[in-house]
Amino acid sequence: MAAKRKKRRMGLEEKKAMMGYVFVLPFIIGLLTFFLFPMIQSFIFSLNVIEVVEGGYTLRPNGINYYKTALLQYVSTANEGKSFMTLIGEGLAAMATQVLLVVIFSFFAANLLNQKFRGRSVARAIFFLPVILMSGVIIAVDSGDLLQSSMGLTQTDAQEGSFQAVALARVLLSTRLDTRFVDFIVSAVNRIYEIVSASGVQILVFLAGLQSISPSLFEASNIEGATGWENFWKITFPMVSPLILVNTVYTVIDTLTNSNSVVMTIIRDEAFRNAKYGLSSAMAWIYFVAIMLVVAIITGIISRLVFYQE
Amino acid sequence: MNAMLEKITNIKLFGHHRLTGYTLGRLGWSIVRGVIIIGICFLILYPTMVKFLVSVMSEQDLYDISVKYIAKNPTLDNYKTVITAMKYPEAFWNTLKLSLFTSIMQLVSCTIIGYGFARFKFKGRGLLFALVIITLIVPPQTIMIPLYLHFKDFDILGIFKLILGKPLKLLGGYAPFVLMSATGMGLKNGLYIYIIRQFFRGMPKELEEAAYVDGAGLFRTFYKIMLPSAVPAMLTVFLFSFVWQWTDSFYSSLFLSGGLRVLSNALSGVSHAIALHLTNLRGSATTVYLSPVLSSMYINTASLLVILPLLLVYLVAQRYFVESIERTGIVG
Repeated sequence: MAAKRKKRRMGLEEKKAMMGYVFVLPFIIGLLTFFLFPMIQSFIFSLNVIEVVEGGYTLRPNGINYYKTALLQYVSTANEGKSFMTLIGEGLAAMATQVLLVVIFSFFAANLLNQKFRGRSVARAIFFLPVILMSGVIIAVDSGDLLQSSMGLTQTDAQEGSFQAVALARVLLSTRLDTRFVDFIVSAVNRIYEIVSASGVQILVFLAGLQSISPSLFEASNIEGATGWENFWKITFPMVSPLILVNTVYTVIDTLTNSNSVVMTIIRDEAFRNAKYGLSSAMAWIYFVAIMLVVAIITGIISRLVFYQE
Repeated sequence: MNAMLEKITNIKLFGHHRLTGYTLGRLGWSIVRGVIIIGICFLILYPTMVKFLVSVMSEQDLYDISVKYIAKNPTLDNYKTVITAMKYPEAFWNTLKLSLFTSIMQLVSCTIIGYGFARFKFKGRGLLFALVIITLIVPPQTIMIPLYLHFKDFDILGIFKLILGKPLKLLGGYAPFVLMSATGMGLKNGLYIYIIRQFFRGMPKELEEAAYVDGAGLFRTFYKIMLPSAVPAMLTVFLFSFVWQWTDSFYSSLFLSGGLRVLSNALSGVSHAIALHLTNLRGSATTVYLSPVLSSMYINTASLLVILPLLLVYLVAQRYFVESIERTGIVG
């Protein structure tokens, strides 16, 4: 009897495993045709000289020359003759500050929006608005726009924005804080708009996390006489800490693969403006490996610090 | 007696005092909070306000130093110029159709795929899901050239060539978007799969098991039991995919340049289009030169026109959207 029941159960498990493949099948097809195959092809392109001919293209083996070019010789005329690797390095450095600021800001904002106050739903609606306002082509058009910057908020605002920041820097420096810390604060103030507009999705994730914390935890700790401050550090923070990892990784990827970034622009221009498909592919692969490394390192560091319930 | 009275009043006083301090603290915080929230809201809305203010300015206002925000000679001519030069109505309809098609297809495919990852155990699941994350990490620029060539002469193992004598030309139309969306490979689809998977993972197993016991099949359980409760997560995914498809310039410029007219491509090339339009209008032999300020004014008007429909959609959807976050379980 027992054996019979076990056999039937196995049948269901097997059937469910089969159905799993059925549900995931569209992804497997897409992965093969629109991702893995193009990835392999792009790798092959990076090792060949591609010439576009009538009705197609020809490949001429080129070894790792394009990788050598990208790593050692390439200079970008559009970016003051900096090398490709310098530009990647600068991109990564800028990313580090950006990610730190975005994660801190979105955590702060989510906590604000989680409190009860009048007009909360309006405030939430506006806080998520950058998801719409600052996406794709709009961000490309807005950044560096003449009238937008002359009227105030974007980073290109050379006169007023930096003027205030200088005053702020002077005040902060007079308090004998560490210069690096002052630089960080000043850059945060200068980029406040950029940070707020890059935080929409992250606020959403943190907010959803805050709301998934069971209220009974707070009730219990309030009975024990904990203050709001203690509640925050002993309950709220550890409970949402896994989301810090999620949001950090999301922001890293979002910042680095943003098609308006300098490196991305170079990769696109080499392909479609200068028709150097092989070089462009090699650069894209180098950049991809760099991003993978960064994501792996960050995940490694943060996941040690994160608190998991189970 | 007197002492007792004093004691009571003291207690009351003390209590009263504490209460005031507490209330003051709370009041102080709500003022600070109000200022912060209003400040950030202003920061977010400001560029759009600027766009609107600029869009109703006339050319004189732009060069008038006394005009900073409010136009002295407000006009709607900019809108007229931009709408004709961008061929706005045509681009709008195409974008609407494209965004609706793709976001519905992505919603369907990502929900099915996400459910598969969340609720079934099968060999290679971990690896496949890791690949979902990898598709997010890989910069689309890495696969852009192969994808372009892929759709330029589309073929599956030479079948089309065998039947039609030549591979299919799919660039310039809806096909690349439809094919990629149907297979969960569209713009940021890895993220959507992740959201849906997290949501379904958070749902109690007993719900499904009860349905199986009652004799419902796997598909029936999926669309009768699991889908209705997944509506908040699906709404979030739909809104994201609709909006991001609407403003997407990467895939649009890769697959559609010279083909289907969509808003994002039209916006990228708007100053050139306006220069040409004005040249034709004035019948001049050389292309009209747009000063940087003037061109910026047209670009701001055009980008306002591109986001306007999205703002309207958001105005309607935000209530459900904001409410639904609490139940999305994005993070489950």
